[in-house]
Amino acid sequence: MDADRTVSSGRFGLTQALGMGAFLAVMVGFAFIADSYHLFQLTMVVAYAVAVLGLTLLTGYTGQISLGQGAFFAIGSYSTAILMANYDWPYWATLPVAAAVSALVGFLIGFPALRLGGLYLALTTFALAVSVPQILKVNALSDFTGGVQGLTMDKAEAPFGLPLTGDQWIYLFSLGVGCLMFLLAWNLTRGRTGRAMMAVREQAVAAEAMGVGLAALKIRTFAVSAMITGIGGALSAIAVQFVAPDSFNFFLSITLFVGLVVGGVDSIPGALFGGAFIEFIPNIANDISKAAPGAIYGAILIGFMFALPRGVGGGVMAMLRRARRRPLPEVR
Amino acid sequence: MIALPAPLLSVRDVVMRFGGVVALGGVSFDVAPNQICGLIGPNGSGKTTLFNCISGIYRYAEGDIVFDGTSLTGVKRHRMAGRGIGRTFQNVALFRSLSVRQNILVGAHHLGRSGFIANALRLPIVRAEEAAAAARLDALLDLLDLARVADSPAGSLPFPTQKRVELARALIGAPKLLLLDEPAGGLNHAEVDELAALLDRIRGPFNLTILLVEHHMSLVMRVSEQVVALEFGRKIADGTPAEVRREPEVIRAYLGETAEEDLRHAASA
Repeated sequence: MDADRTVSSGRFGLTQALGMGAFLAVMVGFAFIADSYHLFQLTMVVAYAVAVLGLTLLTGYTGQISLGQGAFFAIGSYSTAILMANYDWPYWATLPVAAAVSALVGFLIGFPALRLGGLYLALTTFALAVSVPQILKVNALSDFTGGVQGLTMDKAEAPFGLPLTGDQWIYLFSLGVGCLMFLLAWNLTRGRTGRAMMAVREQAVAAEAMGVGLAALKIRTFAVSAMITGIGGALSAIAVQFVAPDSFNFFLSITLFVGLVVGGVDSIPGALFGGAFIEFIPNIANDISKAAPGAIYGAILIGFMFALPRGVGGGVMAMLRRARRRPLPEVR
Repeated sequence: MIALPAPLLSVRDVVMRFGGVVALGGVSFDVAPNQICGLIGPNGSGKTTLFNCISGIYRYAEGDIVFDGTSLTGVKRHRMAGRGIGRTFQNVALFRSLSVRQNILVGAHHLGRSGFIANALRLPIVRAEEAAAAARLDALLDLLDLARVADSPAGSLPFPTQKRVELARALIGAPKLLLLDEPAGGLNHAEVDELAALLDRIRGPFNLTILLVEHHMSLVMRVSEQVVALEFGRKIADGTPAEVRREPEVIRAYLGETAEEDLRHAASA
């Protein structure tokens, strides 16, 4: 029984620390064994994982469905691209700006979200996703956004004369930023704020009676979620060195939502699986059938949902619980 | 005449209307500190409406509710916990997929000050708050016999256990006034006895004043020092259980013959 009491989601034991260290070592190791194409893919996995992580906080933890997360991804991407292409900012200096701009837009979207719930919120955020690529194409803004053609940026290089190729460096840089985002999100969810988020998802009236201010919590969650997804977008822009409106159509939002569900909606580590799914599964589907990659993608997705109905994160947690063979507590 | 202590809760001429229907037609009563006050009345008499007025879920049209020296009129729902008002819900409103431990900790939310940034950076204030909440939590898990189920999802537990979790969630916030909405609902005879013993056990150490909405007559009469009876949104009796029990209007309007027997039974027990 006492052993049981120490098992809780918020604690971090030696086993977890070792596992985390090994995982990071492998991720860093990839930088030195993968070729540049695969490094690019891995960088995109990190970028998408960070984007999904933002959605995990908003939809998974707080229960606010967003079908427009691609818009925040686009805003982060364009913030970085505009500063790099038009104002010659170094790539790293654009990240705080991308974060701030995305957070501001998320904050503003949070207000209508207060009055809307469930499916209506889903549609409102969907409208955002549909409108953003159109706005990026507007002629009046084309001096900034590059209009339909988009913007092209220079390739980032390793600083301080490090003996690394640009691809290696960008991968490691993205990995570092990604780790920071996961650490912040994990901290956020394991304490007072995270409990309040989940309480709002489960039972808003009771959460309010416990002192949780719904409006402030939802708006701030929207801002944080948009900020993190925007940073994912910024990382992808740095890696791709190119942005154009059509890369951010509403399908991107749906893709991020798929990544969320496949990874496990309320699983922080699951966001990484979500990112990998987004990056690799379309390619794998394409390899299997050039004629109907969409059908293969759909079949893989359905297969995932049958095998892991609570996503990869939920499935892994269930497996760990079985492995520990924790007896069900005697219920009184 | 002896001087009475200032009331902790003072309900003054509260009027609540839903469209044309008057749910509360000017109800007034006082609850003194450290008392258990039972609120009784037939279905539709306005008990739950009054409850929701006190906890800020409804905005009353007229009158005032004064708690601990200040008016509750216009106070936002999520500020009530900070004012010192804790509550449970009629049909149990737990965060079902969260563990018992997490459920109870949410009850301590208003005791904390740390926000998004402090939490994301896990600043020392967050660690201090978590440690303080954890200490309170452990004491409550033992007191309410919940330690064994602390890591189970709250929604998976039997109903009486869920009710204890809800009570723990309200108590961890150190309320001055505890609003209990039908705590005996869905409990069997033995469980109601346990509940009465539990209320008796916690009121002293937690320095509680309790307002109890309850259909279960024998429980109300047994644990309350004061009973307020409502009918059609008006107060028809207010006094000790013995006084209210004798009130002809209460007997006529609310108790009926079955409940009267119930009462005699409770009185003789």
